[in-house]
Amino acid sequence: MLYFARWKIALIVLVVAAGILTTLPNFFSAKQLESWPDFLPKSQMVLGLDLQGGAYLLYEVDREDYIQKRMKALVSDIRATLREEPRIGYTGLGVQGDAAQVRIRDLTRLDEAEERLQPLVNPLVSNLFGGQPVDEFEMSATDDGLVRFSYTEQGLQDRMAAIVQQSIEVIRRRVDEIGTTEPNIQRQGTDRILVEAPGESDPERLKDLVGQTAQLTFHMVDTSMSGEQAMQNRPPVGTVVMMSVDDPPFPYLLEESPLLSGEDLVDAQVSFDQRSNEPVVNFRFNQSGARKFALVTQQNVNRPFAIVLDDEVISAPVIREPITGGSGQISGSFTVEGANDLAVLLRAGALPAKLTVIEERSIGPGLGADSIEAGKLASIIGGVLVIVFMVLAYGRFGVIADLALMANIFMIFGALTFLQATLTLPGIAGIVLTIGMAVDANVLIFERIREEARAGRSAVSAIDAGYSRALGTILDANITTLIAAVILFQLGSGPVRGFAVTLAIGIFTTVFSAFTFSRLLVALWVRRRRPSKLPI
Amino acid sequence: MLLRLVPDNTHIKFMWLRKVSFPLSILLVIASLAGFFLVGMNYGIDFKGGTIIEIKTDGPADIGAIRSRLSALDLGDVQVQEFGGSDDILIRVEEQPGGELAQQSVVSRIRTVFEDDNVDFRRVEVVGPRVSSELAQAGAIAVAASLLAILFYIWFRFEWQFAVGAILTTANDVVITVGLFVLLQLDFSLSSIAAILTIIGYSLNDTVVVYDRIRENLRKYKKRPLTELLDMSINETLSRTTMTSVTTLLALIALYAFGGEVIRSFTLAMIFGIVIGTYSSIFLAAPFLILFNLRPDALTPKGDDAEKGSGEEATV
Repeated sequence: MLYFARWKIALIVLVVAAGILTTLPNFFSAKQLESWPDFLPKSQMVLGLDLQGGAYLLYEVDREDYIQKRMKALVSDIRATLREEPRIGYTGLGVQGDAAQVRIRDLTRLDEAEERLQPLVNPLVSNLFGGQPVDEFEMSATDDGLVRFSYTEQGLQDRMAAIVQQSIEVIRRRVDEIGTTEPNIQRQGTDRILVEAPGESDPERLKDLVGQTAQLTFHMVDTSMSGEQAMQNRPPVGTVVMMSVDDPPFPYLLEESPLLSGEDLVDAQVSFDQRSNEPVVNFRFNQSGARKFALVTQQNVNRPFAIVLDDEVISAPVIREPITGGSGQISGSFTVEGANDLAVLLRAGALPAKLTVIEERSIGPGLGADSIEAGKLASIIGGVLVIVFMVLAYGRFGVIADLALMANIFMIFGALTFLQATLTLPGIAGIVLTIGMAVDANVLIFERIREEARAGRSAVSAIDAGYSRALGTILDANITTLIAAVILFQLGSGPVRGFAVTLAIGIFTTVFSAFTFSRLLVALWVRRRRPSKLPI
Repeated sequence: MLLRLVPDNTHIKFMWLRKVSFPLSILLVIASLAGFFLVGMNYGIDFKGGTIIEIKTDGPADIGAIRSRLSALDLGDVQVQEFGGSDDILIRVEEQPGGELAQQSVVSRIRTVFEDDNVDFRRVEVVGPRVSSELAQAGAIAVAASLLAILFYIWFRFEWQFAVGAILTTANDVVITVGLFVLLQLDFSLSSIAAILTIIGYSLNDTVVVYDRIRENLRKYKKRPLTELLDMSINETLSRTTMTSVTTLLALIALYAFGGEVIRSFTLAMIFGIVIGTYSSIFLAAPFLILFNLRPDALTPKGDDAEKGSGEEATV
């Protein structure tokens, strides 16, 4: 065990040197690193959100809300289909639970109605099964004339997948616009989206921006009665009451179906109103939107219309003259930031469904910095305590164990840097724990050497036997810890995962440093001194 | 003279001590289980849902005033406590009825309370009901899965008696650590699961070292009575067991003292677990083998004896 071939020595030294070299950039600022020559590694460790501060937001698509909306749309499709000539009489059309249903009055025409409604099941081409079309809805009819549409499982799954995909794109556009650096936006499971924004100091604003559906619509205001009147009585068919964003909110009676929506927008920018100097948002329609807008404004001069964002009226100006240029202006009582955010939302487009935050963890930059400092201090003190203790317990061999420990720490940091694994606060705890446990391999070996010496072996032979006999034990002991670390990694999210990563890396470097580096140091010492008596 | 925690050549009768250690462990395990079922753990927001907000105030905070201002919000159970300093305050709000959205409004309402004060929101964590139940499930699965995986590994490497002994030893450590959480009403969170898994890893590490020596001695001294052989094995590894515990504890105590408030309960659980793990691998792991009738010749029929030819057999 004490003989090393030259190439092995070279390899061991190389690995340790690589560990030191990859760790090195972490001691310098990014600016200093710029001036380094290209052949040196420059990447630094990735710090988790708990260390550098930032926001972690887990969103879930609001399935219920989406189904309700989709069913409402389906209801109006059903109405339109049955009203086509020759009309089919129906009653009880509406959304019932998670399904849309209608009752056909004339049972003799039920078959005809079914046939006509059949295309509404809306075959989707699913990517999952090689283009095999899957119906979005399932249509069922009972003998008494009740026709029901409900989601097929596959149809809903496909929809959710599409919604998540689309939402991720919209969120990415929004987050990019506010200049968050290196946001991480990804799908989680079937209907969840994870948004991580390192360094984000204003998680509330991020949440407002990401979570808002931002569905912009333009409606004509119904002037047949006031909003209050409509709230007290029933609003006329085809109209709806929506509240304004003002404080206190003011009710408007609007035509239910929108004239235009945010999909027709191509651009939105903040500017300042020339008279009042208040921030406003200028928007521009695409061609078809502009044509529609021109037509509507021509027909409705001197009538008010409402600009509605997510079912809230932002403003309700009166059309003074036809707007043919295809651009317009939204003026509410905005703050500059509010106007800016609205412009961002309009440019990035609306989310296809409502998203709900189901988990939020945001760490301020102050706490992150404090945690780094605390982690550093604890590691240094823990390390020094262990190093001193090892020298006290094993003397010269303790020094060797300490050198191996330092090489080990460099290799852990080197591996973390090289793999670009995320270092979290529990991760630092994992390193400190490894510092404590790393010497275990050496302790096992040294205790074994002591024993072998007591059993009457010569110094060199005791060292040799100590290493070879401790190997199996060390492997068994470390593999059990490794199993725990791997499972921890599987389970974990964020910080816990960081702990598992450092623990696992620590196990590899520990075994390596005990069996190569520390053994090499011992071997070199034996070769030079040829000891007849053990120093431990 | 070098530092020795344990003198050379100890001859402590650990097998005899099991008359003390077994009842003690059984008592502690029963107490822990009783505490777990009757009193219950102080589950954190990871498993129970709810909101944690850590704020730093300008100068020492008036906890009473903060408490009364927050109670005006009518958010149910709200805990306000110092968190590592008089200007560092931790606010815990229980999960609100009304699903995911209701949790979110807690944060914005608390923000408005402190709007006019010079308050730094250092940390905001909100876990909704859906995520918390998933995390609880995942945590339980992780602990069970790791115990099972390790059971199979040890079974594969040793005899089944060792595997069962190792699992019992480790289960003892886990249950008593859970007892500590109940006793001190420590916040039981996702990182506590991490602490428990680490304790599992560490305790097994310790146990495996002892078992490894027992296996070696079983091959070496075929005629020895089992009790004597087990005693000898524990005494031989005693020095290593204590040395490693001490170095690990040194590192962890540094972490406990200087690592900051956020991971303090995490570290505390680990310190306790290491102490228990060390105790159990000395006083429980080997005696368990007697319970399962491990015989000295259990390993001899096997031909894979790695120790063969290493000489010095049965010279004592």
